[in-house]
Amino acid sequence: MKKKRNLTLIIGAVLTAFMLLFLLIGFFYTPYDPDAMNGAAKFAAPSLSHPFGCDHFGRDIFSRVLKGTGTTFFVAFATLLLGGTIGVLVGAFTGYFGGWIDEILMRINDVIVSFPGILLALVFIALLGPGKYNVILALGIVFIPSFARITRSEFLARKDMDYVKSARLMGVSHLRIIFVHILPNTVPSLLSMAAIGFNNAVLSEAGMSFLGIGVQPPDASLGRMLSESQTYLMTAPWGSVFPGLAVILLALGVSLLGDGLQKKGGN
Amino acid sequence: MKYLAKKFGSLFLTLLLVSFLSFFAFSVIPGDAAKSQLGTEATPERIEALQKEMGLDRPVLERYASWVTGFFHGDLGTSYSYLMPVGELIRDKVPITIAITVIAFLMILVVSIPIGIFTAQHAGGHLDRLIMTINQVIMSVPGFFIGILITYLFGLILKWFQPGAYVPISENFSGFIGYLVAPSAAIALPRCSMAVKMLRSSVLSQLDADYVRTAYSRGNSTRRVMYHHVLKNALIPVLTFWGMTIADIVANSIILEQVFSIPGMGNLLITSISNRDYPVVQGILVLIAALIIIINFVVDLLYGRIDPRIRVKD
Repeated sequence: MKKKRNLTLIIGAVLTAFMLLFLLIGFFYTPYDPDAMNGAAKFAAPSLSHPFGCDHFGRDIFSRVLKGTGTTFFVAFATLLLGGTIGVLVGAFTGYFGGWIDEILMRINDVIVSFPGILLALVFIALLGPGKYNVILALGIVFIPSFARITRSEFLARKDMDYVKSARLMGVSHLRIIFVHILPNTVPSLLSMAAIGFNNAVLSEAGMSFLGIGVQPPDASLGRMLSESQTYLMTAPWGSVFPGLAVILLALGVSLLGDGLQKKGGN
Repeated sequence: MKYLAKKFGSLFLTLLLVSFLSFFAFSVIPGDAAKSQLGTEATPERIEALQKEMGLDRPVLERYASWVTGFFHGDLGTSYSYLMPVGELIRDKVPITIAITVIAFLMILVVSIPIGIFTAQHAGGHLDRLIMTINQVIMSVPGFFIGILITYLFGLILKWFQPGAYVPISENFSGFIGYLVAPSAAIALPRCSMAVKMLRSSVLSQLDADYVRTAYSRGNSTRRVMYHHVLKNALIPVLTFWGMTIADIVANSIILEQVFSIPGMGNLLITSISNRDYPVVQGILVLIAALIIIINFVVDLLYGRIDPRIRVKD
């Protein structure tokens, strides 16, 4: 069992590091301008000069995947940061203080959690309009309840523990107890939640961009590339395969990393 | 009976809350529906006249009240861009969503239950590890990409179905179902993986229980113990997951309809979002929300049936 546990963590870490490297390169350097159209290279098959081939405008798919992975990562990370921060704050305060606010917020939480995330995100997009930052906002809001719920249960379990009580007796303020005494203890469960959240965010962003209501041109986006290339699936399958692979590797790496960390922490 | 009444009360309240929130949200957004419908022909007088016609000059609460009354009479308002009752627009699309949901859910049940039990029985073995690894990979694949892969493999290479050649239900029922098998499979696959993972851990947690040993000691076969004793208990936590899965299938069919160019509810929703056709968006959302709430309600009731302890506790 021990050998397998490490394997999950290692594969996850390697995959994530690989994808991070990939998008870091894309941030500073792409072999071609990702938006430059080259009529002569229309639907060019993968070759040495275009490792992933070219799309229907003759744009280099390798460069576009490099940029698109960056966009997807940025959206997923920002979503996680937004939803995670607010969710943790809400969960920490409601779990620690309890009372009627806690009661009401958790009821609302229950309703939101029972809805599929993608549907809620669509509602927000319908209200806010499409676009990269609106996707972050929409998905971020959708992620709040799951973070709030897990943080709250951690705080509920810990707020009556002896170390908290003794801190109270020594006159430590509530805020300090929440952020300095209890919060660091919740990090392991928050980390695995973050990994699940990241996986969800990547898949949702790709899905929304695929529908055309996510990231808008000129930003390269993996989801959008997939929807554009679908028409030419028969003649140029590489237009779908490589962006799809990038999405899968990004989501898979982080979720394996989360799984590995969780197993390591549970030991 | 009290359990049922309580559940029914909260069902009704949630429905009312969801419809009010969506109605209110769509009322406060900037941009005037009357103005955007008139486009370049907008003059102050015409806008005012149209606002009156659409009832936009009345207060929100009053409009909501009349919307709810209409809802219970099957009237969901009129679409801005199609100039046609929303109910009529949606009605033709409902069978598609229902068919996809039913097919996908059946696929999940048929595939995940035997595999879930098998992997739990052989936990730690080579085959179990292989299946769980494949599972992990599938869970990271976006559903629409699976759809694209299925289109490529089964549609373009093997030619089992013709991509894009959707058959309306009114034309040919078996053709209609046949075309929906591929998108349903694309939706079902990632959720199958999750279902296997859930069921496996749920069955594993039951295997050490005393009643399993007792069942074996009374001479039951492995198969009988698994399917008659263990499964019944293992399904309790899985039931909630199934409820969520159905809701998830409905939501994801919106995306998969685009992949397989099916003119269903998802297609209508996406176009209406782009056109800012709010009566249609709201009609669809409230309908899906109602469906999800009712599913949760049914799951709650089933819970009480399967596990009487829950009824007593509430």
